[in-house]
Amino acid sequence: MPTNRRPPAGITLRGIVKRYGPATVLDGIDLDIAPGEFLTLVGPSGCGKSTLLRTIAGFEPQDEGQVRIGDRVVDRLPPAERDVAMVFQSYALYPHMTVAGNIATPLEMRRLSLAERLPLLRLASPRRPRIRREIMAEVEAVARQLDILPLLARKPAQLSGGQRQRVALGRAMVRDPAAFLMDEPLSNLDARLRVQMRTELAELHKRLGATFVYVTHDQVEAMTMSDRVALMEAGRILQLGTPAALYDTPASISVARFIGSPPINLLPAEARADGAIMTEGLRLHAHGALPAGRVTLGLRPEALELAPPETPGTLPVSLRRAENLGAEWLLHAVTPGGTDLVARVPATAPVPERFSLAIDPARLHLFGADGQRLVTRLGLRVPA
Amino acid sequence: MRRRGLLGALLSHAVLLAGAVLMAAPFLWMLLTSIRPPEEVFGTVFNLIPTRFAGYENYRVALVESNLPRALLNGAIVCLGILAVQLLFAIPSAYALAKLKFRGREWLFGLVLFGLCVPIQVPALPLYLGLAQAGLLDSFFALMAPFFLTVFGMFLFRQFFRSYPDEVLDAARLDGMGEFEIVWRLAAPAALPAIAAFSIFSIVAHWNDLYWPLIVVTSAERSVPSLAILAFRDSETGGNYGALMAAAAITTAPLIIGFFAARRAFLRGITMTGPR
Amino acid sequence: MNRAKALAGAAFAAPAFALMLALLIGPLLVLLALSVTDYRLGAMAVKLVGLGHYAALFQDEVFQRALRNTFLYVALVLPGAVFGGLGIALLVHARVRTRSFYEVIYFLPVTSTLVAMATVWQFMLHPSLGPVSAVFAALGMAGVDLLNDPSLALGTLAMIGLWQQVGFNMVLFLAGLSAIPRDLYEAAALDGAGGGIDRFLRVTWPLLGPTTMFVTITSTIAAFKVFDTVAVLTKGGPLGSTETLLYVLYLEGFQYFRTGYAAAMTIVLLAFLIILSLLQARVIDRRVHYA
Repeated sequence: MPTNRRPPAGITLRGIVKRYGPATVLDGIDLDIAPGEFLTLVGPSGCGKSTLLRTIAGFEPQDEGQVRIGDRVVDRLPPAERDVAMVFQSYALYPHMTVAGNIATPLEMRRLSLAERLPLLRLASPRRPRIRREIMAEVEAVARQLDILPLLARKPAQLSGGQRQRVALGRAMVRDPAAFLMDEPLSNLDARLRVQMRTELAELHKRLGATFVYVTHDQVEAMTMSDRVALMEAGRILQLGTPAALYDTPASISVARFIGSPPINLLPAEARADGAIMTEGLRLHAHGALPAGRVTLGLRPEALELAPPETPGTLPVSLRRAENLGAEWLLHAVTPGGTDLVARVPATAPVPERFSLAIDPARLHLFGADGQRLVTRLGLRVPA
Repeated sequence: MRRRGLLGALLSHAVLLAGAVLMAAPFLWMLLTSIRPPEEVFGTVFNLIPTRFAGYENYRVALVESNLPRALLNGAIVCLGILAVQLLFAIPSAYALAKLKFRGREWLFGLVLFGLCVPIQVPALPLYLGLAQAGLLDSFFALMAPFFLTVFGMFLFRQFFRSYPDEVLDAARLDGMGEFEIVWRLAAPAALPAIAAFSIFSIVAHWNDLYWPLIVVTSAERSVPSLAILAFRDSETGGNYGALMAAAAITTAPLIIGFFAARRAFLRGITMTGPR
Repeated sequence: MNRAKALAGAAFAAPAFALMLALLIGPLLVLLALSVTDYRLGAMAVKLVGLGHYAALFQDEVFQRALRNTFLYVALVLPGAVFGGLGIALLVHARVRTRSFYEVIYFLPVTSTLVAMATVWQFMLHPSLGPVSAVFAALGMAGVDLLNDPSLALGTLAMIGLWQQVGFNMVLFLAGLSAIPRDLYEAAALDGAGGGIDRFLRVTWPLLGPTTMFVTITSTIAAFKVFDTVAVLTKGGPLGSTETLLYVLYLEGFQYFRTGYAAAMTIVLLAFLIILSLLQARVIDRRVHYA
């Protein structure tokens, strides 16, 4: 690992379109990734996030649009010349090479000529031993950082999933690339290791100060590691922002539904011309004009609180099931209108047999009939 | 239950052993005769085990007074030559068939499948005419050339390469490898088991081949093992059964020794035409 | 990227394709052309004869006899090769410590040079010097000459063919047997099919079905192409009783040099092989669905 690391590069995407036959997989993607940023592309499978990453890498050239890495337009460059490293879902380690050989490969490809890489012929090169020594020193430096120094002589088949993951990271790091591209790198690990690697990846990002573009379908990974998250669906970016912004001000029902676990509760409601919003016998009030019609209320599970039964201005619900998570309860309940709700409440007392759920109107999200967020402040009118 | 199991095992051993004796009898007979002196081969008294060890003179006749050493060397040259060219052509083309999209790929693969059901006897006639025209009959080239193309190898390696993970190929491209290097530095080493099996298949097939050498070889200088055995038998020394059996043993030995040394690889290689 | 891949693909495939043109496609076209001429090696003038050779084939006593002999040979080898291979595989599969010993012995003939072993067989079957005739004499059948009796020669070749082929099939069946999941036998045992015959009929045989089909067809093709033993042991005799398709083809093409006629014969041979291969391809297809 060279000590004089190059400054990270930003990535700029303009109007990226990618089609497979009649299907449009990427539908005009614009995205600015800042130098040194940890940006996550998240979304359900088939949303185009992996394709977008592979477009940046150069594996799947776009049909329209432009990719810029640093100050270079890379559209015509093959993957190897784009100065990016990638960590693959399956790690994609070379199975017949040792760990050291795997990590050394990208450096050998750059610093040795083709003749110097060929069997037998390579023995003729006088400078090869010196270059090999330099490369091995760098490989060892990276291995030390990743704590895999004792594994250098092993083959990938002799490693655990977590160790392979680190080797794949090492192969990317040793190149000191302008940006790291990661395609679901944690999805092949078991749950505990995944949590641990999450922390390690975030720390690695901080330490390297490099640009990370990270693809995952797991919103928890997106929320816990990223500086910013781009939520994709059907080849478009639905919302781009910090994890907090996506959670607190989702731009649409789709975003609200995808982010958060357990998922957001959605209550169908009716907006009237006078600004009142009716749902489940409750009357809310919007400060500001709203078009009349069907709307949807979004309530995060933690925005619901236990209240004594039949408290005015609360939702009278019947309990289906209570899940004990240790510090808190997840209460699965159903409203008289037949909507399923999940409430997350502190596990301070046993769950009462009958209860109502109180709503904090300040934490409500309101979505219009088209699914887009309606920006308005809401109040709750409690009948006397 | 146990008694029945024991009885069954005994019975099955009896059947298997009887069969094994039948299978091994020619080999035993060959080895015993190859060390048997002539007077016992032609004698009226039959001893299974020779009373006098005549192995030295029999093997000496087989090796010194015949063309066998030359033929064995030729056989080795021909087999290795064929194999080298086969691998050189089949591996990159199979990789292309498995992992690269190019125009005419489906056509080429169709031809491979068609080629699988065409044995050497079919193109033999035109190939012979062509070689005769070029004045190349009775040459190493004539012995080897028809087998440079191995549709079977292409098919086998293609199947193998298809299961090679695409992500590793992408990683290699990102690391800066070109397709040429991917073939020889990644795909071929990964295919080593298949290459080993195919090599055995190829060597066994061509070491044992009789049809094509019978057609193109006319001189003793280009003789191969199978032809040498025929020539030995038909020559005036042919009545010397001890030496003939020694010659047969020598011809068969390389493959059998190879079989004992790498049994698994041999079984896989030779039965590769099978279901898996 | 994709262009580069397409370029590399074409570059890698081109040499193999060139070989294919030179060694497969080209010769086949020449063969088709030759088959409608009266070309003989060295002839100065060539005349078109149309489909005359093909018509002649069906009149040709020798060819007809070769065809009959070949089919008879296949019929003689096939049952033993398939069911013998299966039986041996079943017995060997059940053995634990001695399994590889038997595997080696039965496979030995497959690896060995057939020309050499045919010579050994010839010696073993020698009417006065061979051990086989000694055994026959002891059984009161002295003077039986297996290779020179027109009624016995083809059968003798078939026995040698069987000896050579059966180990190959055994290995194929062994592979098929190891692919049968253990659970199935345990499930069958729980269902009451615990006895050997029940196990075989309910589990082994049905699951080996595709392997059996495959073995049958490969064995047919292998037997169909019998040549070495004929060339070494009988040269088609006695009285043409062991003239087979490939041997007659070899004689016509490379001994009598009746090239045009041999070309037509080759096309007929190819037709047989294509039919067998199509059958084989269908069986392999079925296998895929089975798995």
